[in-house]
Amino acid sequence: MWQVFRCILGRDLRLAMRRRTEVLTTLFFFVIVISLFPLGVGTEKQILRILGPGVVWVAALLASMLALERLFAADHEDGTLEQMLMTPQPLSLVVLAKVTAHWLLTGLPLVAMAPLMGMQYHLPDTALVAMILALLLGTPVLSLIGAIGAALTLGLRGGGILLSLLILPLYIPVLVYGSRAVTVSAIDFAETLPYFSLLGAFLLLALVLSPLAAAAALRIATE
Amino acid sequence: MKLFRFSSPATFYPLAGKLIPLFWVLTALALVIGLYWGFFETPDRLGGTNPQKEYYRIIFIHVPAAWMSMWLYLMLAVWSAIGLVFNTRLSFMMAQATAPTGALFTFVALYTGSFWGHPSWGTWWDWDPRLTSELILFFLYVGYLALHSAIDDPRRGDKASALLAIVGLVMLPLIFWSINCPDPNQCAALHQRSGLSQMEGNILFAMLTMTFGLWMYSFAATLTRLRSLILEREGDSAWARELLERER
Repeated sequence: MWQVFRCILGRDLRLAMRRRTEVLTTLFFFVIVISLFPLGVGTEKQILRILGPGVVWVAALLASMLALERLFAADHEDGTLEQMLMTPQPLSLVVLAKVTAHWLLTGLPLVAMAPLMGMQYHLPDTALVAMILALLLGTPVLSLIGAIGAALTLGLRGGGILLSLLILPLYIPVLVYGSRAVTVSAIDFAETLPYFSLLGAFLLLALVLSPLAAAAALRIATE
Repeated sequence: MKLFRFSSPATFYPLAGKLIPLFWVLTALALVIGLYWGFFETPDRLGGTNPQKEYYRIIFIHVPAAWMSMWLYLMLAVWSAIGLVFNTRLSFMMAQATAPTGALFTFVALYTGSFWGHPSWGTWWDWDPRLTSELILFFLYVGYLALHSAIDDPRRGDKASALLAIVGLVMLPLIFWSINCPDPNQCAALHQRSGLSQMEGNILFAMLTMTFGLWMYSFAATLTRLRSLILEREGDSAWARELLERER
């Protein structure tokens, strides 16, 4: 059963490596959004320190959402998706493989880039560590929830804008605890444990439920 | 099988037509009684440690609208789930007909809350947990309506938005909880802690009557919308043609 998982994961990664610009566009979107805020609200250290965690998280939300549109779209256009729907293996496993590949390509680079962005906002070192951990736990949840929306809006006119309307409200719990964890860690790192526990709980919940929901949505979209 | 007799649009259409006037009468009665009681039979001040003057009377619209907005979202998800499980057309139409009324009540609750917040809290808007939750609920309603209207094929639109409504219902407790408790170690709220048992009898009576009125209004509005939806989708079927011929 894991063969199909490995097979699709490898295929998606290989495909993405042939078109590297798509991966880089998401990353640079993330960087640009974060770099625009200091220009808009002023560059005082105090303000930036307060804004930093929230801005980085909101940018991560937007970047991961922008990339979602392509999660199933290419496979849908060339008919690969229909073949995947017909495999005897559970569809939710196929979805999980695609989401994993998607996260490796769009989520993980954000996690790696986040400390640099934190430095732009003068965040202390403890906050940078917390930011990596929080994003590591939180961005997979974003990809998993987003997969449901991507499947629901598959092949629709103006799917991208619609997707943001459907998915962004569902991202709120991750945003709240993710950015608060970073804020709290700047004061006392020991206090952040409850936040990481909650993010971890969200990740487990999303891992179990969202592939099922996304698979159901794909069946609805292609029937 | 009797129970499912009205799950067919052809049998439900005339039944809804008979029920709608009844619900309108109940709406009018409850709203007249509720508003009269709320304006003339209740005390001029809301007690407690922080007494509020006449302006507190907006509670008779605000709280019932907020309650109905949440109740209707639950109903929306329930009809969606029934539709997905039994694959019945009418359940999907019921869900679709409920959504605009729910979104309307969410908006009314936010709007009146803003007018209540200005004299009592000194601000039109505050990131109080309940306000924020209601705003997010509004976004969920808008998302549902947007998804449904973006899909041309009605069967796909029904099922896709039904799935979205259920996903939203699963996420709602998490969202509300995260808004209520941004810090897991402590929780705070601007809204005064309130319980129905602490309320003055006349205020409670007026508020519950208004809630009943808005509930009956939801039935009336939803069923009216449902009848239009049935005609729109089943307009080509034999029974609908016959019915239209007869009414002409």
